[in-house]
Amino acid sequence: MFNALDQVFVNALHWLVGFLPEALRPLVSSLLAVAFVLMVFPGIFAIVTVIERKGLGRIQNRYGPNRVGIPFTKIRLCGFGQFIPDGIKSLTKEDIVPRAADKVVHFLAPVVMLIPVLLAYSVLPFGRNMTITDYDAGLLFFFAVGGAVEISVFMAGWSSHNKYSLLGAMRAIAQMVSYEIPLILSAVTVVMIVGSLNLNNIVAAQNHYTFGIAHWHVFTPWGLLGFVLFFIAALAESNRTPFDLPEAESEIIAGYFTEYSGFKFALFFLGEYLGMFAISGLGITLFLGGWTAPFSFLIWVPSYVWFISKLLGIIFVFIWIRGTLPRLRMDQLMNFAWKFMLPLALINILIAGIWHFMDHDWLRWPVCSTLIVLAYVTLGRGLMQNQKLGKRIYRFAE
Amino acid sequence: MTLSIIITAIVTILAAATAMSLRNLVHSVLALAVAFAGIAAFYLQLDAQFVGFAEILVYVGAVAILIVFAILLTRSGEAPDQSVLGPGWFYGIIVSALVFTAIGWAILNSSALPTEVPVASDATVKHIGEALMTKYVLPLEIIGLVLTAAMIGAVLIALREVSTAGGSRRESAPSENLSGLTSTATNSSLGGKA
Repeated sequence: MFNALDQVFVNALHWLVGFLPEALRPLVSSLLAVAFVLMVFPGIFAIVTVIERKGLGRIQNRYGPNRVGIPFTKIRLCGFGQFIPDGIKSLTKEDIVPRAADKVVHFLAPVVMLIPVLLAYSVLPFGRNMTITDYDAGLLFFFAVGGAVEISVFMAGWSSHNKYSLLGAMRAIAQMVSYEIPLILSAVTVVMIVGSLNLNNIVAAQNHYTFGIAHWHVFTPWGLLGFVLFFIAALAESNRTPFDLPEAESEIIAGYFTEYSGFKFALFFLGEYLGMFAISGLGITLFLGGWTAPFSFLIWVPSYVWFISKLLGIIFVFIWIRGTLPRLRMDQLMNFAWKFMLPLALINILIAGIWHFMDHDWLRWPVCSTLIVLAYVTLGRGLMQNQKLGKRIYRFAE
Repeated sequence: MTLSIIITAIVTILAAATAMSLRNLVHSVLALAVAFAGIAAFYLQLDAQFVGFAEILVYVGAVAILIVFAILLTRSGEAPDQSVLGPGWFYGIIVSALVFTAIGWAILNSSALPTEVPVASDATVKHIGEALMTKYVLPLEIIGLVLTAAMIGAVLIALREVSTAGGSRRESAPSENLSGLTSTATNSSLGGKA
């Protein structure tokens, strides 16, 4: 019964494809899988835009959208119908292209943004037997297509012929290139321990239980550090606060998509959120056990439910951070990536190696934990040494 | 299979030719990125997943961005007025085609060429990983050490704070109450990155 519920999408796909002649089956089944991704994740995007506006509203002590519900009725759904008028608005708005803009590149940039982001979903395991393409080098594929996003950001910023766009694009590329290194290095620890670049194998390695608790990587010392590093780098890669310098409204209007309007802007918006979901999904796969349950008595819950709830949980933390932290300065951003996260990620690789070679020895828990705390404290103290940080004195505010 | 290879070949060659002939350097870089992606598609069609992904990761993700930065940081975006092709480009094409034909003919007819087509080896990512960890472990370790040293060196170069005239940038808040407002404007410049 539970197994049938778990595999309902897989079985439905097989059942649907079964009606077709043999030659068409691979094509149609891959098309259906693509349609699944194109339906589910933009759907989550639509809901998340409302959740984000409402959540930020709560944090900032205001209501947020709470009016739009089902049209022609009095049902308001707490404002969760808001994404439909938002979408219609962005579809029907005038598409303005600046006269000085490079027309072709300006047109292509949102498309180039969306394609690699959607490609990244093809290797993520959404549930048991629910991976679209089972590449041996799935993790490498994910990072490879992620690198193509930078090109689209540059295209958007450069083709607009606007200084704010170009500044935003330069900031975005510098930030993405810098934070890609701790991102990949923190993912390398998982590859070292599991011994595979295949995301399905990585999930399978975490699908064991001791005393009813899952063997998620985040429950180990190196995994915890790796997850925190990955999470911070993922925030920066998806241009979220406190790393939202590429689109800092108060400094450079909207960054690289200043000159975009209407549906092209919506495509950028969609691409950014889909990128955020994809990288969160990768973090879930690498450290939070993918589609597996945290406790063995909960394995009856369908696997895709676990994946989606973990995704929504991470997005909730993203929104929470956005409502809480102020924006970093550019030099702080770069210092943090190169002087703090990069050394810590390198040390974490070493610690993962120690963890691996102290196999089945309970001593590895205290040893690795101590090493991590030591590295964190030494690095933090070392960087803070020359900075006389005191109480900030305001001249006019007090 | 062959049709997709032909399509990829046409796209790649067209993109490479465009990259050579466009006046605007940024357009050339974008065309070059398409050519890189086309080459990666070739590798993927030949079932060389690792090389294909590495091609995208390194060339599209890093090299193209590096060239873009180099262009933006060194020269203005003005395109040159005259054509990038020299006046004798037509004869150049004829001569290079002749040379290519001669070399190709010589290679195809040489006795050094193996007559049998070698069997395609099964180069999955797993096999590459196993080879790197057993047979080529020393070169791998050396390359890893060199790259790590280069990365740490880059960080060390960036670690040294250049103290600007009139006090360092960081300590402005407690010590310099009067100039605190004016000094914040210089901090957000792009030049602070590594």
